[in-house]
Amino acid sequence: MDWSFMLAHVPDYLAGAWVTLRFGLYGILCSLAVGLLCCLARFFRVPVLRQIAGGYIELARNTPLLVQLFFLYAGLPRVGIRFSAETCAVIGLTFLGGAYMAEAFRSGLEAVDRAQIEAGACLGLTRTQNIRYVIFPQALATAVPALFANVIFLIKETSVFSVLAMMDLMNVADTLRTSGGRTVEVLCMLIAAYLLILLPVSVIATRVERRLRYAGFGDQHSV
Amino acid sequence: MAEPILRVREIHKSFDSTGVLRGVSLDIQEGEVIVIVGPSGCGKSTLLRCINGLETVDSGEIWLRGEKISGRTRDLYRVRQKIGMVFQSYDLFPHMKVMDNLLLGPTKALGRPRQEVEAEALRMLERVGLREKAYALPRTLSGGQKQRVALVRAMLMQPDILLLDEITAALDPEMVSEVLNVVIDLARGGMTMAIVTHEMRFAEAVADRVLFLEDGHVVEEGTPEVFFHHPQTERAQQFLRSFTYASKRDKGEEQPKNNAGD
Amino acid sequence: MQDLGISILFKGINFQRLLGGLWVTLRLALLTIGLSTVLGLLFALLMLSGRRWAKFFCRAWLEIVRFMPQLVLLYLVYFGFARLFGWDLNGEVSALIVFTFWGAAEMGDLIRGALTSIPRHQTESAEALGLTRGQVYQYVLIPQTVRRLLPQAINLSTRIIKTTALVKMINVTEVLKVGQQIIGQFYRQPDAAFWVYFVIFLLYFLVCWPFSLLARRLEKRWA
Repeated sequence: MDWSFMLAHVPDYLAGAWVTLRFGLYGILCSLAVGLLCCLARFFRVPVLRQIAGGYIELARNTPLLVQLFFLYAGLPRVGIRFSAETCAVIGLTFLGGAYMAEAFRSGLEAVDRAQIEAGACLGLTRTQNIRYVIFPQALATAVPALFANVIFLIKETSVFSVLAMMDLMNVADTLRTSGGRTVEVLCMLIAAYLLILLPVSVIATRVERRLRYAGFGDQHSV
Repeated sequence: MAEPILRVREIHKSFDSTGVLRGVSLDIQEGEVIVIVGPSGCGKSTLLRCINGLETVDSGEIWLRGEKISGRTRDLYRVRQKIGMVFQSYDLFPHMKVMDNLLLGPTKALGRPRQEVEAEALRMLERVGLREKAYALPRTLSGGQKQRVALVRAMLMQPDILLLDEITAALDPEMVSEVLNVVIDLARGGMTMAIVTHEMRFAEAVADRVLFLEDGHVVEEGTPEVFFHHPQTERAQQFLRSFTYASKRDKGEEQPKNNAGD
Repeated sequence: MQDLGISILFKGINFQRLLGGLWVTLRLALLTIGLSTVLGLLFALLMLSGRRWAKFFCRAWLEIVRFMPQLVLLYLVYFGFARLFGWDLNGEVSALIVFTFWGAAEMGDLIRGALTSIPRHQTESAEALGLTRGQVYQYVLIPQTVRRLLPQAINLSTRIIKTTALVKMINVTEVLKVGQQIIGQFYRQPDAAFWVYFVIFLLYFLVCWPFSLLARRLEKRWA
């Protein structure tokens, strides 16, 4: 192991990690928004929007991100639709992630007991109040593990951003590998970098999930 | 006789072309407690669910305090603010403390000030023996305690009428009476109620009038004394007999006496 | 030539070439799925063996697979193993190793989950009927396990198919690469890239979608 080589290139990796994290985060936030909208369109059976959401979810879940990115970055400009690499990255990740987030929200909503919704209605809550105070908090709590799993999944998926010539972690490592030839060191640092990003996310996820469990969800005594 | 608080006229309801309610009519006077009994699948629960609009009736009309409430879809929540309902599965909101469960309806649906309702909630909890559970989470409560909280939650809406749908069906036997005593207490306080139950002794104790429902029809209707001790129809007699057992020492010589209400 | 770019796909054997490229990744995916199922079964048995070291080993394996982007693992094996052990693996073999390493752990965890999700009293009541151990498995445990497992295993398989697209990044000539070659040949056709990538996108969708539908249908039927 060439420690001085590794030390010397820490700043490169930090820069790469910043790209990975920043665009990963943009993509994740947009995914959450898109996912929520799709889920609501289906939940409220909004005509047209609901079918569009359904079709989109199928398309996005059944195609690889790499292929989506090629289409966005190399295909669309040929018919006059041009985005920067960064925009492609965020659009691509959102296209993929939105569908996964929508499914996570949906599973949360479906897990809310019908009786809970009726109980809310029996208290004379309006539909909006019922959703806000009764349905949504419970759905969100159930969806949290799946949402966090998606966050980790999407951060991992950012590794293909290198095909957009973005200097993310993967591309930093690849560039160093081809120029310096210290493959083992380069790859070790790459692994370490992803661990340093993903471990905290996983720890937070576990904490939040435990918190929610203790907060009294999954009411064991009820029928 | 005064104008009934609730008036149900000839309602019909089918699920997948199976008629569950086939022309049920019913009047409930202010302060009256009616108990609806009948074999499972007779439409008792559906009747209650139709009254507060959880199910829409196919035909017929329901009136609350002279206002027609059946057949609406828009502002059903206004109707439900005046009709309390408690189910067998308690359905407390698991993500809220007992107090938040109690406050939700009065503060959000009725827009009443929080302090006022909270003080009232504490008095009600005191009355049902759960003052110290006011800030506990529902999952730390026993089934009987949850059901008492559910009753308080419904009562805090100050409803015109309270519908109770087999509220003890999911409880362990030793918890049944703690819940039913609360209901009897409410009845003494003049609460108008429609109760579906399988607890025949309780039914006899609390009812002003008993309705026997079978196959979506009201087969018999009367005071608890008459219904439980001198049922008029063959089917009611049969139904009440199903609550008794022939002793193995009878050897079938005697017909088992109908004593469901004793 | 002024015809639409899509027409180049029907020139000569271009379409067959694309399908050939797709088959490279599909073949890899099928092999991966097969190997992952066999190894996943071993993984599950190891995890349920009750031995501490076995459990620890499996957990560690699973965590690595969950945390590392598949692309990083591909680089590690394809570039790293050559350096570390002097193994000069070609792209497809590296990919098979990586995807099987990943698939086996995921499949193993699904099998473990399905096996342990069957309530204990199912075994007890079957034994109470006087069934032998073998009969308990044959009539009670295995049918229930399969029902729970199959939809999830199919979903994992579509994930594997999508993920094998990554071999593009380690110089395997697969459908995207073939697409690039075709685009290169028809560089005078400006919208060639759009149509080629669009068709690749559709091809992936047409391969993965039926699996997703099947999984959903089974899930509904056996829920």
